[in-house]
Amino acid sequence: MEYLLLIYGNDADIAKMTEAERGAIYQEYGRFTQSIQQSGNHRAGHELQPVATATTVRVRDNKRLVTDGPFAETREQLGGFYLIQAKDLDEALAIAERIPSARTGSIEVRPLVSRSSS
Amino acid sequence: MNLESLYREEWRRVLATTVRLTGDFDLSEEAVQDAFVAALEQWPRDGAPANPYAWLVSAARNRSVDQLRRRARFEEQGVEIERLARVEMSDIDLSEASMVDDQLRLIFTCCHPALAVDSQVALTLRTVCGLTTEEIARGFLMPLATMAQRLVRVKRKIRDAGLPFAMPPKEKLAERLDGVMLVVYLVFTEGYAATSGKAWIRQQFCDEAIRLGRLLCELIPGNPELRALLALMLLHDSRRMARSGPDEEIITLEEQNRQLWDRREIAEGVPLLEAALREGARGEYALQAAIAALHARAQRPEDTDWTQIARLYDALLQQRPSPVVELNRAAAVAMAEGPAKGLALIEALEAKGELAGYHLLPAARADLLRRECRWSEAADAYRQALALVANDPERRYLTQRLAEVEVQSASGNSVIH
Repeated sequence: MEYLLLIYGNDADIAKMTEAERGAIYQEYGRFTQSIQQSGNHRAGHELQPVATATTVRVRDNKRLVTDGPFAETREQLGGFYLIQAKDLDEALAIAERIPSARTGSIEVRPLVSRSSS
Repeated sequence: MNLESLYREEWRRVLATTVRLTGDFDLSEEAVQDAFVAALEQWPRDGAPANPYAWLVSAARNRSVDQLRRRARFEEQGVEIERLARVEMSDIDLSEASMVDDQLRLIFTCCHPALAVDSQVALTLRTVCGLTTEEIARGFLMPLATMAQRLVRVKRKIRDAGLPFAMPPKEKLAERLDGVMLVVYLVFTEGYAATSGKAWIRQQFCDEAIRLGRLLCELIPGNPELRALLALMLLHDSRRMARSGPDEEIITLEEQNRQLWDRREIAEGVPLLEAALREGARGEYALQAAIAALHARAQRPEDTDWTQIARLYDALLQQRPSPVVELNRAAAVAMAEGPAKGLALIEALEAKGELAGYHLLPAARADLLRRECRWSEAADAYRQALALVANDPERRYLTQRLAEVEVQSASGNSVIH
């Protein structure tokens, strides 16, 4: 069986950490990732950029609605995910709107932390 | 050489091209600012260059490279920076056509739906119109720090979410243009709103919106709805001098001195609208502009074609069902068919409850009751409106009306219902 492990945390708390504390956590993540790669359990994983970078897409009556911000409806729950490669946000949005559930639910489009930025 | 007018003309063009070259909004804005400062120092001394735009783009590019070198931390970034540094000015496309493209790209980027609407408006005012953060904050009656933060955050989202500096693909152009038009119209209505705040700042917003409207019509010719939007703004703006009194008190359309309406704006707006309508403009801006044109056409309030206006509101409701539009229609129907008809529509609206808390609803009802000489009912309605109103000029207007109907009511001139 396969699983999606969703990591929820409080961005504000993380922002309050010192450089050293953050560094220590990243190292721990590195060791953890390596270990589950070695054990053959790892499929994919990545840190996400903060919610301020999120965009939400819905399609209703064939009309696409794009809004700033993360998904925030309490009546909808996480039901799936895709990890895609896209040239820019417009391409990502064009893909997101084609997801069938965009017509009834919401797709949050969140960029990953790129490996070459700090 | 008038540097002030140069700044206004070139700022947007230079910024747009620099953004194209660097791909970085924030960086470009700083660099262009520096380039203008350098121009201010050097041109009076050395004489203005033959092509100010090219000079400024070159200066902005050089400053961008300097900044990027200072910030660079990784190999791959170094390669990119050197590529930007080595590009020959003669190889950079500075043609008229690409200048147009750059500006369009800039406008569409600022008005991207992935950004919050308030942020789209602020960013457009800052980067496309070149207003200072302080001017924008004052126009919205917000603290400078709050507006500055809003701009920082929106530029950060553009960078971090990978929002591209590109024209939308053809199939998304109509949708994205709707967003651009909305931003332009929001800038205008913010300036036009009769709430408290310095009149001259608000006027600046209206001027910028109209300027943006003209720019868009120039950059995207052959779009009738765009021209209808420009016409709408011109026609509203034509009433600017007549809308408020010396103490900033509100003067309603009915009571305005029509000699104070700007005939030039009307002379521009009406034909513009007519051309747009002939070319098929039927959207909400076209309909609203048609209503404004009917008002503009009436020499005196009693010459107003209210029946046609009511029909236009019907059409507007089909396009954009909204309780506020329904309220405006009720007022027009009242003028066309008598207060009783209008009151029936307003009461139906109140029953729906969507405009609870909106002071213009009881105010409209009060107005119609007043026309029917139902003084004490009018007084009650004015009191309801006063309980909800949130700005001084409108409060004063309603207070005055209340006083008028109270006088009538006291002198026993009521119609008993």
